[in-house]
Amino acid sequence: MNYFWAFCVGGALCVAGQLLIDLTKLTPARILVAFVVAGVVLSALGWYAPLAEFAGAGATVPLLGFGHLLAQGVVNAVNKSGLLGVLTGGLTAAAGGICASLLAGLLAALVAKSRDQN
Amino acid sequence: MPQRRGDVILFDRPPAVDAWAAVGGKKEGEGPLAAGFDLLFEDNRLGQPTWEKAESELQRQCMNQLLRRAGLAPDALSLVFGGDLQCQCTASHYAMRQLDVPFAGLYGACSTMAEGLALAACFAACGLADRAAALTSSHFCTAERQYRTPLTYGGKRTPTAQWTATAAGAVLLTPTGRGPQVGAVCFGRVRDFDVTDINNMGAAMAPAAAETLLRFFARNGRRPEDYDAIYTGDLGFVGSRLLLEILQVEGLPLQNHQDCGLLLYDRARQQVKAGGSGAGCSAAVLAAHILPGLAKGQLRRVLLLSTGALMSQTTFLQGESIPGIAHLVELLAPDVPV
Amino acid sequence: MKLTPQQYKPMVKAASPPSPLWKDCLWAFFVGGAICLLGEGLRQAYLAQGFPLTDAGTLTSVTLIALSGLFTGLGLYQKLAAKAGAGTLVPITGFANAVVSPAIEFKEEGFITGVGAKLFLIAGPVIVYGVAASSLWGLVWYVLRPWVG
Repeated sequence: MNYFWAFCVGGALCVAGQLLIDLTKLTPARILVAFVVAGVVLSALGWYAPLAEFAGAGATVPLLGFGHLLAQGVVNAVNKSGLLGVLTGGLTAAAGGICASLLAGLLAALVAKSRDQN
Repeated sequence: MPQRRGDVILFDRPPAVDAWAAVGGKKEGEGPLAAGFDLLFEDNRLGQPTWEKAESELQRQCMNQLLRRAGLAPDALSLVFGGDLQCQCTASHYAMRQLDVPFAGLYGACSTMAEGLALAACFAACGLADRAAALTSSHFCTAERQYRTPLTYGGKRTPTAQWTATAAGAVLLTPTGRGPQVGAVCFGRVRDFDVTDINNMGAAMAPAAAETLLRFFARNGRRPEDYDAIYTGDLGFVGSRLLLEILQVEGLPLQNHQDCGLLLYDRARQQVKAGGSGAGCSAAVLAAHILPGLAKGQLRRVLLLSTGALMSQTTFLQGESIPGIAHLVELLAPDVPV
Repeated sequence: MKLTPQQYKPMVKAASPPSPLWKDCLWAFFVGGAICLLGEGLRQAYLAQGFPLTDAGTLTSVTLIALSGLFTGLGLYQKLAAKAGAGTLVPITGFANAVVSPAIEFKEEGFITGVGAKLFLIAGPVIVYGVAASSLWGLVWYVLRPWVG
């Protein structure tokens, strides 16, 4: 059942992004920043965890999920290490994703070529 | 002696177009004007290791075609006016490394072809250059990676966006001759009408094109109906519509407007959104379509206005609007009196 | 010219075709949904393999990132994104594409001054403001914690 909701919630969050692109003057870059910050805020309010429970990857794969991941990481770190956790928590939680992207980039730079779109 | 009336420069002895050449890439070869190109490349890389080198090669190939058609050795040229869209116009500079001739580099964004042609015409008409050439290019990939995003980046184009042409055009002028003639030129003025949408260049440039046309018709003694066609460079679908609306308001309705960006590609078939753009767009359409039409007598009297958007990535990010400019060249068939 | 920029603005709006909203949203929904569905499939598979919850989540992200990197390198992500819009931009695969594409593109400008310098050219703001927001939240949590318990 999770699969159905993963599809629907994930799709709906992407539609929200598309509406912002088509109906506002906001550029994609600003919209993505808004999404990740929104994810932090919703996570802080305690609203994102239930959504992630309900929709699984439908909530964690979109960029809001990245914000949720950062927020959770900071809470865990603050609980464990106090004030220092404010600085260490976010990036630690996101380390896997950021490092994977970085390494994927380097690997691609070694083997892939720029491509014409014509 | 050429005469100046307002912004218009009229040639009593019109310089002649001695030769021209158009070179294009993949999409251009699949478009409606393919048959008019001297050379078309299936692969936009042109066998080069980088896109920037490919654009220089495009220019070099175009120049070779021009010299071949004119039956000239490279050092026979008096002066070359050239430019492109790359930062510091490096496509042109690096192409000109291989030609040992005087070179005057230009930046007019997509208005460069008309700007170069107008300057070449003035130099030829004043006896300052026996063989003056204008050369321009653009390349989809160099424009994309410099102005927008990496080529493998996943972004979606808006309906008002235009497709940068991978093309180069070159024209050779002499003080007199038997080819098509340059009757008059009009250098444009920068006009900024507060358009801030970087995806809607047509809208940004239309006022500048209108301005140049109004100033031209105010002083040259003719009316739009006297021309077989009035070509703009790359206003595209949206900019063309706006140009006609502006001119309607200003009391200069046009019935014979065409846009090079809409001629170069088949919008219905080729997914170019609002049409083609780029410095090479008007250059290629000039050499592949307009000049052959004049030479064959199918066209007798036309105007070409290459249109340029004069912002940079920096000014855009700083929240500035997009200024435009349009330079005009009047072209006549060989036997038509000025 | 008599026309003023203020008069021109509504003319521009009227002449500029809007994006086809329904078509765009349908594409975004189905492609975005499909990517999330793929993510859920991966997550369930990793859980079934015995990975704890957080590791399964991380592995899912890493797998999607790797797939996005592959498709970006093959030029296929760009082709899909040209139609899918937000459907490919919003999922984490969009983040990976935003990191991998400049890496490939700026190789010619050197591995250090091209690839290295521009790797986070597009994705940078997301990391910067995401981390900043989370740090701010962390500070708030640190203050609230004794009361919330």
